[in-house]
Amino acid sequence: MTDTGAYRLVAIGASWGGLDVLRDILRDLPAELDAAVVIAQHRSPDSHPTAFRDLLGAVTHLKVREASDKDAVRPGTVYIAAPDYHLLIDSGSVSLSTDEPVLYARPSIDVLFETAAESYRDRCIGVVLTGANDDGSRGLARVVELGGRAIVQDPETAQRDEMPRAALRAAPTARVIPVAEIAPLLVELCGLARVAV
Amino acid sequence: MAVQVEHQPSSAEGQLETETLELHLLLEGIYRQYGFDFREYAPVSLKRRVWRRVQAERAGTIAGLLALVLHDAEVMERLLLDLSINVTSMFRDPTFYAAFREQVVPALRTYPFTRIWVAGCSTGEEVYSLSILLQEEGIYDRTRIYATDINETVLGRAREGVFPLEKMQEYTENYIRAGGKRSFSEYYLAKYEGALFDRALTDNVVWAPHNLVQDRSFNTFNVILCRNVLIYFDRALQTRVHQLFYDSLERLGILALGHKESIRFTGLESAYQELNMQEKLYRKVQ
Ligand SMILES: C[S@@+](CC[C@H](N)C(=O)[O-])C[C@H]1O[C@@H](n2cnc3c(N)ncnc32)[C@H](O)[C@@H]1O
Repeated sequence: MTDTGAYRLVAIGASWGGLDVLRDILRDLPAELDAAVVIAQHRSPDSHPTAFRDLLGAVTHLKVREASDKDAVRPGTVYIAAPDYHLLIDSGSVSLSTDEPVLYARPSIDVLFETAAESYRDRCIGVVLTGANDDGSRGLARVVELGGRAIVQDPETAQRDEMPRAALRAAPTARVIPVAEIAPLLVELCGLARVAV
Repeated sequence: MAVQVEHQPSSAEGQLETETLELHLLLEGIYRQYGFDFREYAPVSLKRRVWRRVQAERAGTIAGLLALVLHDAEVMERLLLDLSINVTSMFRDPTFYAAFREQVVPALRTYPFTRIWVAGCSTGEEVYSLSILLQEEGIYDRTRIYATDINETVLGRAREGVFPLEKMQEYTENYIRAGGKRSFSEYYLAKYEGALFDRALTDNVVWAPHNLVQDRSFNTFNVILCRNVLIYFDRALQTRVHQLFYDSLERLGILALGHKESIRFTGLESAYQELNMQEKLYRKVQ
């Protein structure tokens, strides 16, 4: 198992009720976080083009952007999956696709997690939050299989518990914690970048 | 004598290495046997699609699929359909078409004749949408659209111009949001087999197979539309195809990309002026 401080990619999946929880987590992450954060949140393709990004960006010190094809994955930066595209991780950069939705979802959390796991392996963390379906469960199992860490929002505290419960069935070794404890754990697992002198 | 196996891939990680090797061999095999070059496609999404075919053919592994592909051209044909993702729709991204009307059409009006290349047109929905737009703007008669794709099967369907009836409600909404000036239902007849689009919409369209990876340019154009195709290529290949587009564009010609694509990293950033950042419309300025 990888040492504390060695994780370089945090992949987060959220669906129903995700916005508030994501804001709570990002608010508590420092700008020096020594890892990149990638987020797949289910949302409507018709939603306002920048509203979601702005709502997250307003509460956090991290840079927040909607992922464009072939963007380099950099620490201290949050990449959000654009609605109606899958977001995939490909050795150090993101890759987008318009392939068919997977289990009705595009972006698919499973697609993000599986490609993140295969690219970052034991330096990857998968986080499953509130949601009313079972997207993310296969991907989280893959994260664990390749030596990464799994974190699941405590279903008792989730607005919708179907997604965290499905994730726990697929990845029983996942850490189950309330939202307030997620950011501190991520900081511990990823560490902080040394500030250049 | 027993053979010493140095590296026995049993772990998930070992399997992953083997899979990467298998994918490489598959793409090499396809290229050498059939001439299709997928070697520089973005590997992560390519791998997912290859696995879909592995499962459908019950090939077990990617190496298993390679064996089938090499000996059976029909498997290759089916794989080709999987590898060229053909998802598309009419007036996809309505705001793009609205911007095209507003920012590109006025320039086209000043030309006696316009050539447009739709590269990677898939089953043609984008081309029919463009024809409708140009007709409503009164410049369709002096336009020729060259619609190309690597995949001849989808081109065949594009020529027929029959699209699923159950999509018409979504397309009608898109059409309205794209600034459509008539009633969308004027453009098709509802038949048993689907919505049959007005033949006049293809009068000025030339459908032709063209492979962006291996074929050269075949003309110069005032507009090139290549939306949601380049995301399937790796960066090196993207750069080469961008050079092809640059060479094929007239001065002040327009390049239109998909919403999440851009000309960053291509070395051609300064050759274009950003006409609309959100809609990824660029004008060639040098
Ligand atoms: C996702 S579709 C995009 C369709 C349409 N442009 C749109 O945005 O709705 C991608 C298309 O690119 C085509 N394509 C893939 N590789 C190609 C290549 N090397 N040359 C030409 N077309 C290619 C595929 O066959 C497919 O029809």
